Amino acid sequence: MKVLVAVKRVIDFNVKARVKPDGSGIDLANVKMSMNPFDEIAVEEAIRMKEAGKATEIVAVSVGPQQASETIRTALAMGADRGILVKNDGPVEPLAVAKILKGIVDAEKPNLVILGKQAIDDDSNQTGQMLAALLNWPQGTFASKVAMEADSVSVTREIDGGLQTVKLKLPAIVTTDLRLNEPRYASLPNIMKAKKKPIDEKTPADYGVDVAPRLKVVKTAEPAGRKAGVKVDSVAALVDKLKNEAGVI
Amino acid sequence: MLDKSATPTRSIYFSEEHEQLRAQVRRFVENEVKPHGLQWEEQGYVPREVLQKMGSLGFLGIRYPAEYGGSEMDTLGTVVLAEELGRSTFGGFAITVLVHTDMASVHIFNAGSPALKDKFMPDVVAGKKIVAVCVTEPFAGSDVKGIRTTARREGNDYVINGSKTFITNGVHADLYCVAAKTDPKAQPSQSVSMLLVEKGNSGLKVARPLDKHGWRSSDTAELHFDNCRVPAENILGQEGRGFYAIMKNFQNERTTIGAMCIGECSAALELTLDWVKSREAFGAPLWSKQAIRQRLAELAGKVEAGRQLVYHAAWLDARGFDATKEVSMVKAYCGELVNEVMYDCVQFHGGLGFMRESAIERMSRDARVQAIGGGATEVMLEEVAKRM
Repeated sequence: MKVLVAVKRVIDFNVKARVKPDGSGIDLANVKMSMNPFDEIAVEEAIRMKEAGKATEIVAVSVGPQQASETIRTALAMGADRGILVKNDGPVEPLAVAKILKGIVDAEKPNLVILGKQAIDDDSNQTGQMLAALLNWPQGTFASKVAMEADSVSVTREIDGGLQTVKLKLPAIVTTDLRLNEPRYASLPNIMKAKKKPIDEKTPADYGVDVAPRLKVVKTAEPAGRKAGVKVDSVAALVDKLKNEAGVI
Repeated sequence: MLDKSATPTRSIYFSEEHEQLRAQVRRFVENEVKPHGLQWEEQGYVPREVLQKMGSLGFLGIRYPAEYGGSEMDTLGTVVLAEELGRSTFGGFAITVLVHTDMASVHIFNAGSPALKDKFMPDVVAGKKIVAVCVTEPFAGSDVKGIRTTARREGNDYVINGSKTFITNGVHADLYCVAAKTDPKAQPSQSVSMLLVEKGNSGLKVARPLDKHGWRSSDTAELHFDNCRVPAENILGQEGRGFYAIMKNFQNERTTIGAMCIGECSAALELTLDWVKSREAFGAPLWSKQAIRQRLAELAGKVEAGRQLVYHAAWLDARGFDATKEVSMVKAYCGELVNEVMYDCVQFHGGLGFMRESAIERMSRDARVQAIGGGATEVMLEEVAKRM
């Protein structure tokens, strides 16, 4: 069984993102970039399937600039078998990514596609769902547990108010939540071995996809700083403020 | 010509694999070291499981051959490890690892017989056997030729007598690389040999763990060798060539310490920057004071200069050039710089910097030895001066 995993190069989760002075976006110059943490979880899940004998090949895909090959290389060092980089320098919106992934799915014919539920840069949370729609495949999003069976996969999902388990007939789409697993470290011997694993380079045009953005970012701004609170000296004063100033009771 | 199609890294020195190693070590430090470091400081040593976990990730065999489980990287791989461990804010943890990888086990690898290497190196790389190097004595430190420990040949054995002190990993190591005079009558430089002693040898006694100013999560010991008998095949290299082996390995040790210092400086500046940007005084963050931000900017420049010097020295070594002068500069410069940085970072933390609860307080104590251990600044400057 072949598993396709999508990995995105994003600003590292430890970096304090700063808005560019002209408000045109986030300043990414000289900023540490890493694999989207949800995608690391997706890679880890695929590797665990392979280790359990339930998957035979893992293909890691990224859509992004040349440097996104580093992100793929990280997936290869963790244990993926080969990579596909779809090179594109500008922003790519979720629909365009989903269309590219559909093109790759058509060519690679995987039984399962695992994606992070969202990327921590724009938090769109759309690509997996759009890909499922484009392929007309069943989807299990926000997975906190994934159990493979012969021709289906059971996905336990984190939903408001609890957990829901859905059973999807393969081929299917799964998107990962934070509690699905804890991604492994890439050991140094595996980092060295990953050098020899192949990464194919493609372009969006190879899949007939126009990546021109359909949305326009008007302005990016820092959230307003929180103002200091006030101390009240009695419960009566608190109730008075809640009633008359905050208007919440 | 620069290959612009290759994945660009921001340094001329590092490959993509180096950067991946850096990312993995950094993550390990964040998740497996920082949350537990205070407990290790308290107990005075790093748990063996942590070292074994690092071994299983290949962090303890960066440059050793694949047949021992290593990854055959170069000196710059060592620099990545040392710099990232230095960033942990726990110097004792960092030195525990780096003595094992780059100051002690190198004696076995560089000079041990094939049989000794086959026997021990796989466990060294896996973190199952931890190594210490024993040169310093109560009456001899940087002056290696002045050691008094002797190793007398008796039949098929050497019999070691003497004392060693300030030995990092000295309490909990499994293997000790011991410098001793095999021919006290020979010229001092021809008189020293290195011998491998295994833990459990009845002639090796851990006299006492030492109570240190800093590096408190590292175990440091005074050791006594009392008719400590080891088989003659435990000699590391040729008899009488130990002084040269020690001098050679010092180059790697000093590069490693330099990189560790740079990691410590970077972490200290980041902590201080966070603090001065959030701490208000006289109605505005400390960062709004020119005296503070210009001093931090100046230090950032000095640290960057040191970093590039470390990288350059390591690169020279990786390319097979003699880098004794540059490495001596690294040790002299970085060992002093880390103390300069810590002094100001404590200062800018104000009263908090004097409190045991702050990381910077610990880091300032850990920094002090960096101007002493592995070749004191004064000795390093002489090495530079000799080559001017």
